[in-house]
Amino acid sequence: MLPAVTVLDLVKQFGRFAALRGVSAEFAPSRLYAILGDNGAGKTTLLRALAGLTPPTRGSISILGANDLRSVCRQLGYMAHPSLLYDEMSGMENLRYFAGLYDVKNTEQRCSDVIRAVKLDPSLTRPVGQYSQGMRQRMSLARALLNDPQILLLDEPFSNVDVRSAREMVSLLAGLRDAGKTIFVVTHQASLLEGAADEFVWMESGQIVSRTPDLAARMEAR
Amino acid sequence: MSTIAGLTRATLAKDLRLEWRSKDAINSMLFFSLLVVVIFSFSFDPTAEESRQIAGGLVWVAFLFAAVVALNQTWAREMRNQVLDAYRVSPAPPNALFLAKVIGNFIFVTVLQALMTPLFIVFYNLRALGPAYQLPIVAALGTWALVVNGTFFAAMSLRTRSREVMLPLLLFPISIPALLAMVEATGAILTGEFSAKFWIVLLAAYDLVFTIASLFLFGFVLQAE
Repeated sequence: MLPAVTVLDLVKQFGRFAALRGVSAEFAPSRLYAILGDNGAGKTTLLRALAGLTPPTRGSISILGANDLRSVCRQLGYMAHPSLLYDEMSGMENLRYFAGLYDVKNTEQRCSDVIRAVKLDPSLTRPVGQYSQGMRQRMSLARALLNDPQILLLDEPFSNVDVRSAREMVSLLAGLRDAGKTIFVVTHQASLLEGAADEFVWMESGQIVSRTPDLAARMEAR
Repeated sequence: MSTIAGLTRATLAKDLRLEWRSKDAINSMLFFSLLVVVIFSFSFDPTAEESRQIAGGLVWVAFLFAAVVALNQTWAREMRNQVLDAYRVSPAPPNALFLAKVIGNFIFVTVLQALMTPLFIVFYNLRALGPAYQLPIVAALGTWALVVNGTFFAAMSLRTRSREVMLPLLLFPISIPALLAMVEATGAILTGEFSAKFWIVLLAAYDLVFTIASLFLFGFVLQAE
């Protein structure tokens, strides 16, 4: 089976600091990958490089067989640590705007569906700036799901989310994986993904140091 | 909807909605221009004839400085919560975003001009001795020159640490030919001493060149880290 994502000798330098130091890996489709590691390990940089936001200094990225990431950007959903939402607009207004960028059909229906999928109310009229942090995170996930992407890149989706909501998000992600999506989740809350993630990818100093199917194996090795 | 025109319209509507709710740009511009009008009026107390001579420079310098406020706001909004990244990862063309921002800023500065012009007339006792119908043309071309460059350079200085300082440093030198044309054309119309046509043509050419150059280069600016 063709890998969903292939990275080859990926290097990213910020001045003299190398955030990624020759990352090479293949990621199969329809799997949920948890990307773990300490702060500064290069997790977010890797995710941003996959999203096409951070051009690599060296190396190549291939997504769904394409090396030109712009050509597959319709197939990518990206959720960053900040919400990527306009605080002054309601959730529905935000999603309507972003749906336009992706030329999503049946905008109203699709926006309502993804908002409901993350367990929020589409009729909520208050601006996103007045949401709780957890609600904002979920709305941000809804935005990433809007274009029904094949590849989901999620940076810290569970931060500041209560445990029950985080578990709901995990089960939503597992469902999406079962529906054929390839999902990358950068998180410090690895235990939440135990049982849901297909693989735990460990990063250290800008490199992938191990890939394990279960969390305990690596924890023991550490 | 996915055409450049459709996306420009959607982004413009979003920006106008955000400005309507926050009124960040228009309030700051209005207060700034108001201060300039009042302070200059009390400082110089010009006669009607003197006013006609200096008004072109005064009006456009006031609008230029006020526009900088709006130009900074326009991108600051996109940087909050890193919303710009959501646009960057989408398939939407960069030029739709740029055009929406330029048109939005054009509208904001035009609203400002509409509100401030009566005050300028009253405070400086202004009356055009030349062809007054040319004034709206000069205003439109001059405003476009300011906002097209301003929007582009504001985007360029977006990721710099001191972008509020960086924008005027980049914008003002490159705006000198346009500013000169605006001031001379306005002065010519107000005094009626010479024709403003040369300056209007120069402004139109300036607008054309810088609009095309900005549209061509904006994609690189947007995707730069």
